[in-house]
Amino acid sequence: MSALIDYTLHLADNALILGQRNSEWCGHGPILEQDIAITNISLDLIGQSRSLYQYAVQLKADGSTEDSLAYLRTEREFKNCLLVEQPNGDWAQTMLRQFLFSSYQFYLYKYLQGNTDKTIAAIAEKSLKEVSYHLRWSSEWVIRLGDGTEESRNRMLTAIDELWRYTGELFIAAPYEIELNIDLASLKTEWDNKVKAVMEEATLPFPEKVFMQTGGKAGTHTEQLGYILSDLQYMQRVYPGCEW
Amino acid sequence: MKNEKSLQIDESVVWDLLKEIKDPEIPVLSIVDLGIVREIKIQSPPPEDGGIEVVITPTYTGCPAMDMIAAAIKIEMATLGFKKVKVTHVISPAWTTDWMSEEGKRKLKEYGIAPPNPKQQVCNDKLFAADEAVQCPHCQSWHTHRISEFGSTACKALYQCDDCKEPFDYFKCH
Repeated sequence: MSALIDYTLHLADNALILGQRNSEWCGHGPILEQDIAITNISLDLIGQSRSLYQYAVQLKADGSTEDSLAYLRTEREFKNCLLVEQPNGDWAQTMLRQFLFSSYQFYLYKYLQGNTDKTIAAIAEKSLKEVSYHLRWSSEWVIRLGDGTEESRNRMLTAIDELWRYTGELFIAAPYEIELNIDLASLKTEWDNKVKAVMEEATLPFPEKVFMQTGGKAGTHTEQLGYILSDLQYMQRVYPGCEW
Repeated sequence: MKNEKSLQIDESVVWDLLKEIKDPEIPVLSIVDLGIVREIKIQSPPPEDGGIEVVITPTYTGCPAMDMIAAAIKIEMATLGFKKVKVTHVISPAWTTDWMSEEGKRKLKEYGIAPPNPKQQVCNDKLFAADEAVQCPHCQSWHTHRISEFGSTACKALYQCDDCKEPFDYFKCH
């Protein structure tokens, strides 16, 4: 049971933190339509995290609420992978992060649809429809920028340098994933194929093996997460229980 | 019990009542038109003033209207004397635009939002797929193009008509 709680929180934290990151673009997108697109994706991700937190609350049955899980846990208690907490950087970096993560979420949710846990399966089935949009949209941006101008291509190459080292962690099982038999090896094959295909179309090099940063799934984060949480949690920390 | 008889209720009465509840973001559509009411469960005989459960499903997981809709259902049901109505959320099977009523599609179009096409055309993961052909709700032209696949709410995409030049929302297939 405790593995299922941890795993549910891990899935929820991934969605919440990336949703929060993307929402920083609100009002700052390169053009209005893309500003709306990235914030729509935020909304989907935060919606997914709500479903997952609500389930975690049921499982924990210790008086936690979906709000207390999102707003009152500290960095060490967050189990999101490092990739989603990385800064937005420029549009290229945000697009690449979204693409790398949506590819992962797409195959993961596809796989989790068949999970024996009926609630996880239902959330995966529902979310997959949304993630399909995110994946298509972000893939197109990676191709557009990678195979675009010299400037956009250089920015995409820099983004790969910045983010690639956080992709290995996605496929290294945390204890709760091992206990729940989450088949990360097949996911990795599907993810590799997808990412290779899109990068090839974008005329971008598929990166060589590099040292991969890990720790997020177990609560050891990069320095970025604390800043995200101080934004995200400020109101509930300063005015406990505030509503509007 | 004295008022037991008056609380006997037919399921169709509840459906009719729910047809009065509008989606807060698209006020021409009722929650029944949208297909988000999945089931009405009535215990027979209804105990006291409870025994009714309305099962709803969100269009998108992040739909901010769900809490308002649940509250509106309880308020409407209270007008019939049912003060303890349970509103349950389900997410499986996942909502699809196929569940939108024909009546709902007609109302959407009149309101200026292109309704979802009857058959999904480009809801797949193919990249740079051709724009879905969508009819302009203003001048009925089919010469339209997609501006963005994300619109003013999660369930809509943004299009523009090449003939009358008006931009419009398209309730995208899902």
